[in-house]
Amino acid sequence: MSIASVRPGLPLATVNPVAKVAATVPLSIVLILTLDVVSATVAIVCELLVFTLVGLGSLLWSPRTLPVWIAAPLTGLSMVLYGAPSGETLWDFGLIHVTEGSVQIGLATTARVIAIALPAVVLFLTIDPTDFADGLAQTLRLPARFVLGALAALRLVGSSIDDWRTLNLARRARGIADRGVLIRFLGQAFAMLVLSIRRGSTLATAMEARGFGADVERTWARPAHFGGIEWLVIAVGCLVAALSATIAVATGSWNVVWS
Amino acid sequence: MGDETLAPAASVRARGWGWRHGGRRNPAVQHVDLDIRPGERVLLLGASGAGKSTLLHGLAGVLGGDDDGEALGELLVDGRHPAATRGRAGLVLQDPDAQVVMARVGDDVAFGLENLGVVRDEIWPRVRAALDAVGLHLPLDHATAELSGGQRQRLALAGVLAMRPGLILLDEPTANLDPDGVREVRDAVAAVASGSGATLVVVEHRISTWLPVVDRVIVLGAAGGVLADGRASDVLAERADDLRSAGVWLPDEVPWRAPAPAGGPRHPLLEAGSLDIGRATGVPVQVGIDLHVDAGRVLAIAGPNGVGKSTLALTLAGLLPPLGGRLEASDLLSRGLRAEPGLWRSRDLLTRIGTVFQSPEHQFLTGSVRAELEVGPRALKLGERERRDRVDELLDVLRLDHLAGANPFTLSGGEKRRLSVATAIATRPRLLVLDEPTFGQDATTWRELAKLLVGLRDDGVALVAVTHDEVFVDAIADDRFELRPQLNGPKHDAPGASGSAPPVGSDAPARRGGARR
Repeated sequence: MSIASVRPGLPLATVNPVAKVAATVPLSIVLILTLDVVSATVAIVCELLVFTLVGLGSLLWSPRTLPVWIAAPLTGLSMVLYGAPSGETLWDFGLIHVTEGSVQIGLATTARVIAIALPAVVLFLTIDPTDFADGLAQTLRLPARFVLGALAALRLVGSSIDDWRTLNLARRARGIADRGVLIRFLGQAFAMLVLSIRRGSTLATAMEARGFGADVERTWARPAHFGGIEWLVIAVGCLVAALSATIAVATGSWNVVWS
Repeated sequence: MGDETLAPAASVRARGWGWRHGGRRNPAVQHVDLDIRPGERVLLLGASGAGKSTLLHGLAGVLGGDDDGEALGELLVDGRHPAATRGRAGLVLQDPDAQVVMARVGDDVAFGLENLGVVRDEIWPRVRAALDAVGLHLPLDHATAELSGGQRQRLALAGVLAMRPGLILLDEPTANLDPDGVREVRDAVAAVASGSGATLVVVEHRISTWLPVVDRVIVLGAAGGVLADGRASDVLAERADDLRSAGVWLPDEVPWRAPAPAGGPRHPLLEAGSLDIGRATGVPVQVGIDLHVDAGRVLAIAGPNGVGKSTLALTLAGLLPPLGGRLEASDLLSRGLRAEPGLWRSRDLLTRIGTVFQSPEHQFLTGSVRAELEVGPRALKLGERERRDRVDELLDVLRLDHLAGANPFTLSGGEKRRLSVATAIATRPRLLVLDEPTFGQDATTWRELAKLLVGLRDDGVALVAVTHDEVFVDAIADDRFELRPQLNGPKHDAPGASGSAPPVGSDAPARRGGARR
């Protein structure tokens, strides 16, 4: 098994991954600058709209995004319970001070986490690691050695998952699986590290035998396009960020974190 | 392939060549003198540890620089240092899983071409031609993760071939494959060799597979140097004894045959009835297995790749829970515990069921051979003296005593296999389950293992061995259980979906008395 999936047949799948990642950057900057419900909510509404329009609606509501919907309210809740108290106190219990201010921060945090994580998760599901590597190396001109090394390592993650399962069974067979969970976990993690290094060095030899790292200027079998559609994707990202910021400022809820 | 795809074949020349890995006292290989003419097809033989792989890696130019080790003498490809002629030599390694670089078939073949700086328009025609040449007719975006072992090896060969090397180097390319995969790869290599005219050097223990492809045999001596060199038929005829003692499998020879097991009534240790097996709940790979495992007999579990043989072995060993049906140990095996081995504690398994995993690395836990052997006896809380006696005896019997302080990961393939068996029998289990015990082993290790296992059998231990090794099934196993691919719907009522074995049939040697139901 491998997590280095083959290019999924999804909308936006053929768009240069570098553009998809770049498109999320402006919004992330805006939402990190301000902590308020309005900007984040506008961003979420725009995201739902845009993803549904391009045909990624099914992915939005698939179990793959479930972690976002679960993690965001939990993050918010911790802000409600432990955030800096301000305004009227609603509930007091030991270290916990629920105040009007902390509830607001909690809501804003929840919306902010969703607004940042949702596009990241959805867009990443449309990215094939090989295309991403091509984009990093050809569009951003990152060093090929580094990019392709990381790509090959990613392919080994699948074998590592299999290794982990087998190691688990092997430890039971060797009579040492009745010990404490922590000791077992540490020992097994170390064993997996050793196996991974061995696998990695074999793969490195195989890559080197095929001329990887030679002094020749490397060519690329798959062109990484960067054209109109890529600029459009980035423009949409900028637009969503600008809209969120504008509406937040206009409604007076813009709240720069250091102010 | 058209003429424009042919690269001139490469020549090889070695004079007093040797290589010492960094941090080792003795060279892995030394005093090698040989000349290989362009277009020759050479089978490179030699005992375990004679340095065959090191020589191939040297020819491929991937041994590394001064940090990695020290070169002695000279080794030249086309009169130049191998590392300076990247792309002239292509290397295929033994492990099919460890050399797939990319996620898609086409990209993987293209990888080498990109590294050589071939222009894009030229890459894809060469990729397609290479895939055709090895008979891998798949879409270019087919996932490499979905390929069988034989297909992966052919993919690696295509990746090498696309680079149009003058020298093709194969390091035990079929050692990890089932018999179908072996034929697949051998035929692809034969087609490639005659199509491209490239010089070919193959390392492999089981030479009958490769004799039709090669025209010259070179044997490396265990202590260095070249032991024999010449036409395949001549070397085999004149140096048979040397080859045999170097662990080479001579054609149509069986290293050792087991005597028949003791007769008398069967004593079942483990019984499976309508057993469903699988690695994940709700995803059975086989359903409705009926079999029993008897004390003092060797049961071979055979069947094609991916059919669930390893899963069955791990289930019988009490490591994977059955997904359905019944798996019960008799009183002889359970000795006071409940009948289901899957519910026993890890420590209770030690004296009841031992497991030898397909890859020994998965089961090694410590930093020395002696400590490795002590793991089981320690978990049983045996006294220090008893522990030492058992370990010393095993070290002696398995000829590992000179390695007692060595790290298990640094052992050779054969030594690792012997150690992994020794760790399992150090706690004297009544049932020993082995997954591909003879995979990739040379004839010497094979013979030692076979004798050891049959010795255990004669002491009353039950043995279950998952195996592709036809010679093992024929010469060592007493009973055979064949797993067949089941229809897609793994349901009890699927017609013909029974995993139960046919009785050992008329094609089986008569000395095999046992009939499985």
